[in-house]
Amino acid sequence: MSFGPMTITAGPTTEPAKVEQTVQKPGLSRFARPALGLILPVGLAVLWELAVRAGLSNGRLVPPPSVIFNTFAELAKTGELQRHAAVTLWRVGAGFGIGVGFGTILGAITGYSGLSHRLIDPTLQALRAIPSIAWVPLFILWLGIFEASKVTLIAVGVFFPVYLGVMGAVTSVDRKIVEVGRVFRLSGPAMIRRILLPAVMPAYVLALRSGLGLGWMFVVAAEFMGASEGLGYLLIDGQQLGKPAQIVAAIVAFAVIGKLTDWMIAAAATPFLRWEDSFARR
Amino acid sequence: MLVLDRVGKTYPNGVRALDGISLEVGPGEILAIVGGSGCGKSTMLRAISGLDTPSQGVVMLDGMPVLGPHPKIGIIFQEPRLLPWLTVAGNVGFGIDDRPKAEREDRVATALARVGLTDKADVWPRELSGGQAQRVAIARALVPRPEVLLLDEPFSALDAFTRADLQDHLLDLWADSKPTLLLVTHDVEEAIVLADRVMVMRPHPGRVYDEIADDLPRPRDRQSAAFDFVKRRVMAALDRSLDRAVITAEGETKNSAGAALWW
Repeated sequence: MSFGPMTITAGPTTEPAKVEQTVQKPGLSRFARPALGLILPVGLAVLWELAVRAGLSNGRLVPPPSVIFNTFAELAKTGELQRHAAVTLWRVGAGFGIGVGFGTILGAITGYSGLSHRLIDPTLQALRAIPSIAWVPLFILWLGIFEASKVTLIAVGVFFPVYLGVMGAVTSVDRKIVEVGRVFRLSGPAMIRRILLPAVMPAYVLALRSGLGLGWMFVVAAEFMGASEGLGYLLIDGQQLGKPAQIVAAIVAFAVIGKLTDWMIAAAATPFLRWEDSFARR
Repeated sequence: MLVLDRVGKTYPNGVRALDGISLEVGPGEILAIVGGSGCGKSTMLRAISGLDTPSQGVVMLDGMPVLGPHPKIGIIFQEPRLLPWLTVAGNVGFGIDDRPKAEREDRVATALARVGLTDKADVWPRELSGGQAQRVAIARALVPRPEVLLLDEPFSALDAFTRADLQDHLLDLWADSKPTLLLVTHDVEEAIVLADRVMVMRPHPGRVYDEIADDLPRPRDRQSAAFDFVKRRVMAALDRSLDRAVITAEGETKNSAGAALWW
């Protein structure tokens, strides 16, 4: 958890004056500022808990936090939660890996070469216009109802934001910076490693993160279409057996794992992006 | 010795930017190139740097044609063009990445000391002022020890005070290894402060119009009468170079009304 503060302090460490400022001005801010965001959700949860306890509602359809927590703990105790989460995580991981792989390669090629852009990009843009869920029946016909069709759907979902992000980043690399590489006679691979790669890095990280977000979206869709395990299955199961607490528990699990994986990408990218001179760095 | 032999450049859209530029610049010479906008100054510099290839003629360095970016030719652009993901030291050492680490660090440290930025070695480019960034760019161009250094309006984006400071600084650095300098500028004073020779170009298409020797003793006093005299000669040549009617009459020295309004 030490990465969060690190991203904030990385800039100021090189400018002592600024460090003093941020430390002195609002003494609490480092802890208080993130805490501000907690007031609304925690407040609502406490209110609802109190309302149910006071008998204002029976809380059957909207279970109070304590019931959700108990369900969560029970699922975790039996190991069921971990099993379902692991399956879902595996699906997202596999789909994300495939989608990122293809998206990066095709995005780099179409961004780099004008000819392949004209050849490939129109087709991909046309495919992008199709709502990815529309592929589900076809994927099931082609790949069966088990893992392959699910992973493929997730991969398709991840592919497009990554492809667009990489292509856009490569096409918009500053010509003037590329000329610096040419003046120093960088070879093709050196040009990619020393100029293009670092230049597209910020946009690439962003593309990975939006790709991952879509991956989590599509895993739910994939698990809705007939799965016997996974967090999506927990949702369906909770609906069919009338266990709203289980649904909410699964949703919470999605939120936590989704946020955690997103944070992992962001944290892994931080050392590569310390140089960025951006608005967000305050 | 840098030689341009009837160098011409015609862009794909048919615009003739340069026509028949022939030029010889000796080792260690400082040549300033001035001219109205669109006279092909930058195009010429890009052709010499190998970033663009001339459509006609050839650029030769020490008897060998320059066909692309050349290890002995460095260039400094109008903008610093530092790589934002490298520290100042990383940027300065960018062109000598193939050298052993110890030698690289040594040369980078020396270069940074020469431009007075030793204490900035580990900061990111975004933390530098405009003048500091351009000094880093100069250090980066000088570290590979070029024989020819091209400068494309290198100080035009800086305030007058910083500009004068960097001009002196540039001469200082030049004295270390005495490379050939080709300086494109639209600041006549800058040209006269720095150069041994001022070349005036005229536009449509870009051609050499006149050359004025500038052999004032260094360091040069901008207030001296001799300085003013050279400046007047360059200004007059610039005025004539932009007077279309005179150009068609080939070299007639009819004085135009628009004195000093050549840009």
